[in-house]
Amino acid sequence: MSTAPNDYLLHLADNAVVLGQRDAEWCGHGPILEEDLALANVSLDLIGQARLLYQLAAARSGGGATEDSLAYFRDDTAFRNYTLLELPNHGALVGYAASDRDYATTIVRNFLYSALMVLLWDALQKSPDADLAAIAAKSLKEARYHLHHAADWVVKFGDGTEESHARAQAALDHLFPYTEEFWTPSAAEDAAIASGAAVDVRTLRAAWDAIVADTLAEATLKRPEVRGYVPEGKQGRHSEHLSYLLGEMQGLARAHPDGTW
Amino acid sequence: MYTQAMDIPDESGNPGGKKLSVVSAPQSEQEAAFEARIDADGRIEPQDWMPEAYRKTLVRQISQHAHSEVVGMLPEGNWISRAPSLKRKAILIAKVQDEGGHGLYLYSAAETLGTGRDEMIAGLLSGRAKYSSIFNYPTLNWADVGVIGWLVDGAAIMNQIPLCRCSYGPYARAMIRVCKEESFHQRQGYEALLVMMKGTEAQRRMVQDAVDRLWWKCLAMFGPPDADSPHSAQGMRWGIKRVSNDELRQKFIDATVPQAKVLGVTLPDPDLKWNEARGHHDYGQIDWQEFWNTVEGNGPCNKERLATRVKAHEDGRWVREAALAHARKQQARASKEAA
Repeated sequence: MSTAPNDYLLHLADNAVVLGQRDAEWCGHGPILEEDLALANVSLDLIGQARLLYQLAAARSGGGATEDSLAYFRDDTAFRNYTLLELPNHGALVGYAASDRDYATTIVRNFLYSALMVLLWDALQKSPDADLAAIAAKSLKEARYHLHHAADWVVKFGDGTEESHARAQAALDHLFPYTEEFWTPSAAEDAAIASGAAVDVRTLRAAWDAIVADTLAEATLKRPEVRGYVPEGKQGRHSEHLSYLLGEMQGLARAHPDGTW
Repeated sequence: MYTQAMDIPDESGNPGGKKLSVVSAPQSEQEAAFEARIDADGRIEPQDWMPEAYRKTLVRQISQHAHSEVVGMLPEGNWISRAPSLKRKAILIAKVQDEGGHGLYLYSAAETLGTGRDEMIAGLLSGRAKYSSIFNYPTLNWADVGVIGWLVDGAAIMNQIPLCRCSYGPYARAMIRVCKEESFHQRQGYEALLVMMKGTEAQRRMVQDAVDRLWWKCLAMFGPPDADSPHSAQGMRWGIKRVSNDELRQKFIDATVPQAKVLGVTLPDPDLKWNEARGHHDYGQIDWQEFWNTVEGNGPCNKERLATRVKAHEDGRWVREAALAHARKQQARASKEAA
């Protein structure tokens, strides 16, 4: 049986935990109580996915690794998540800038990512790596809901008011360039493809383009032109934002390395 | 979670300061039927006739309870991003989500009485409506999350179990579900503390610190002593309140003392001891001055809590407007197609 390399599992797990952390920031601050609950749900699903993937990676790597040692005791440069997912819930600003949360940014990001993940989990549920396939099958159901939720709001924003349309377009313009990272395989992805346990994400691009085009058309939003810089978060070269996110997430656990929780 | 609702008059409640009579003489057939149903321990349903004062009291109590759930998301939400393990993070998010869910079905229960959610939320955001004062204290270390589950939810359950038999049907039914989830939260909170107490010395200090800060606030959650509780008598008569503040408080203390012993923490009350003759624990004086200061808006976190609710509401306005505008456009498009 071919197994996915651990670096690849960590890439998938880091994606889930980092976006789970960002989505959970809305807990108690949502635009309406129903959305508070929905975002908490999405976040819970993502953290659940991260736990399963970290557990698998920990079991395979041995040496006393646990889901928490992988989530809490690796530094930012060891994280393999897409840069898109670590960006704050607001428009483009430097790492130490403060700003209000913007729901359009959150929704558009969830849309762009979940549109990829419904395709990727669907492909991975057929992986010869049975453990990974099982996680993919479970995660696919969740990603479908995440996509449904996010696409629904993208359409509401695009079609809704002048302000919501402008905010959604601004969020798309800000975030779309980061999706370029999806289509440029990292060394870990190349190794996973070579192992036979993973799929080449580039083969999913046309389907992703179609999902995005359908939703943006219904929302009357424009797909931005993208050129230039391709982010490299999944190779450990992140934006200014990840170390802040991890500093907050890991601080308590690291202050009590011998603690049991 | 919980609100000491019956005992905390809103500024909006009871206009003109008219005193509610404890037992009103039935003046009509409808009133007589209502009183008879209450006397027979029956349920009042939304379509039934009910006295205006009963309706108002319930709207005030249920909406205060809903507001408490929603404001109560904030002190625990404060630790989501920093939860020290993924398992605890997931448990905490799910718990805070449950509180939001309780808020939703309590608002729905109150809406059956003819007051809309928007109107109730406007009451909260303007500061007219109250919410449970326990949420006006800061959560200063991770153990607060466990202690809120163990003690705050524990006190809430004591208060809410009797509400499952409340005379108003939709509220009673909502409380059955809320109580089930709260008991789950209480056990989870206690379990989290047990694990911490078996950990490092620093972890044990966190737990004791959280208990020291929250213990007296939890005792005050049951509301003022019965002698000073203005709404209780009418509430009892109407079957909205079933057990008095002091009785509930005593029950909570008696249940908690052995749990604290198993956990290995000290409850911060030198006067707390078993009284053989009463068959209950005696306990020290609650600082009611501090309690009323906080209820009146001058506690450590009142301004932060309320301002945060206001900000979420204001920042979310464009989202709600977008959803409405989209729904209207869709409707217009559908009727145009049909025409």
